[in-house]
Amino acid sequence: MDTFLLFISAIFVNNIVLAQYLGNCPYLGCSKEKSVSIGMGAAVIFVTIMATIFTYLIQKHVLIPFHLGYLQTIVFILVIASLVQFVEMFLKKMVPPLYKSLGIFLPLITTNCAVLGVAILVQRKEFDFVTALLYAVAAGAGFMLALVILAAIREQFEVTRIPRAMRGTPIGLVMAGIMSLAFMAFKGMIA
Amino acid sequence: MITTSVLTLFGLGFVAASILAIASKALYVEEDPRVEVVLDALPGANCGGCGFAGCEAYAIAVLNDPDVPPNKCCACSPDAVARVASLTGKAAGDAEPKVAFRRCVKIEGKVARKFEYAGIMSCAAAKMILDGPDACKYSCLGFGDCVRACPFDAMWIEDGLVHIAPAKCTSCGTCVRTCPNSILELIPKRARVMVFCSSQDKGKAVKDVCEAGCISCGACIKKCPAECITMIDERIHIDHKACLAFGPSCQEVCVEKCPRNILRCLSPESSTKESVGYSEVSNETNLNA
Ligand code: SF4
Ligand code: SF4
Repeated sequence: MDTFLLFISAIFVNNIVLAQYLGNCPYLGCSKEKSVSIGMGAAVIFVTIMATIFTYLIQKHVLIPFHLGYLQTIVFILVIASLVQFVEMFLKKMVPPLYKSLGIFLPLITTNCAVLGVAILVQRKEFDFVTALLYAVAAGAGFMLALVILAAIREQFEVTRIPRAMRGTPIGLVMAGIMSLAFMAFKGMIA
Repeated sequence: MITTSVLTLFGLGFVAASILAIASKALYVEEDPRVEVVLDALPGANCGGCGFAGCEAYAIAVLNDPDVPPNKCCACSPDAVARVASLTGKAAGDAEPKVAFRRCVKIEGKVARKFEYAGIMSCAAAKMILDGPDACKYSCLGFGDCVRACPFDAMWIEDGLVHIAPAKCTSCGTCVRTCPNSILELIPKRARVMVFCSSQDKGKAVKDVCEAGCISCGACIKKCPAECITMIDERIHIDHKACLAFGPSCQEVCVEKCPRNILRCLSPESSTKESVGYSEVSNETNLNA
């Protein structure tokens, strides 16, 4: 039951983009086409899980024993950046089609604060290792859900007459705001 | 305290760097260093006009595929084309500069309306409903999908017809691919004559819906001494290359013979005019003829 609630809360109630406002750059940058948004969502889920594993181990076995908790942010950034570099090389060698279709978005994950946010939240909430992993999956899925919904809406904009000044990013931001308000309806459902 | 933190950071950084260094050796992918150089010579517009996904895809193709010419990029200046050609060791060729052209003059033809359209203001959407609100299903719908698609701001809608500014048009072909009625075409900038209608209907059907349209009578085909006019799918096509090669000696008899004034001269002046879509100069010449 707890696991189920954790999932529901991470996806709907405390959605990483819509309720915690993390990862807004890829949220707007990669939500023009559904196919790209699904690829980006999958990549973020993958990186979030990997990042959570590594940062969790480093936090527990390096930072806490040496009383270096205050180095958390910089160490986590270092770990995530190296990880994304590694994933990039790995994909380029092993799965070139996926590497090609993600293109420029792959290195962008390095600067995706949602990944860092999850790694830090896991420590704040003092999850155990398994719960931390589940939370990473759920948060990534929440990110993907928001991304795909926004991409689906923005695909409709292609055949909609929108005032010139509002086309592109402005209307995207307005939509993001409205979606965020809509997700507010879930607030209070789970503590 | 400070030593521990410095050492920890240093240690972690060192471990990460070593892993990445090893990985970059183990997962090394051979990449052509020339791609980068060719990419630098290209304008980086990523417009897709060359028919490839983007500038990088074209750079790779032009380097590796002997059949891909170095002058496919229409946003390139002649200098850039020459650079790409020298980098790839291919002949630059004399790329004929092209320009987009609209094959419809429905404002002159009082095209009948099938119904009043009040849906989404987009040609693609309007086309989905009974082939659009115009009685001619090949006409310019005038909702400007092409205008919105044009990356170079070279088109605009006036009186429900699209117009093209040749000076700004780089002939990337984005509009040609966008138009749901396929009435846009890339023609050589120097082209002498052009058909101002794209209907594929038979003569009678065209007469019923549009006073201006081409009735496929074939008079122009018979008269052309260079035999560069053909009818494909009931649509008149002009082989501009052959037409230009034949030269001025024919004095554009096809234009004179067209009973509907749908074949018009694109006089040299017309390319300096604002819009190629419709040129009054040639119209007058023709009316006087
Ligand atoms: S040329 Fe084609 S896309 Fe452009 S306005 Fe006319 S019908 Fe629409
Ligand atoms: S008949 Fe030709 S000129 Fe008339 S509306 Fe149709 S395409 Fe345009």
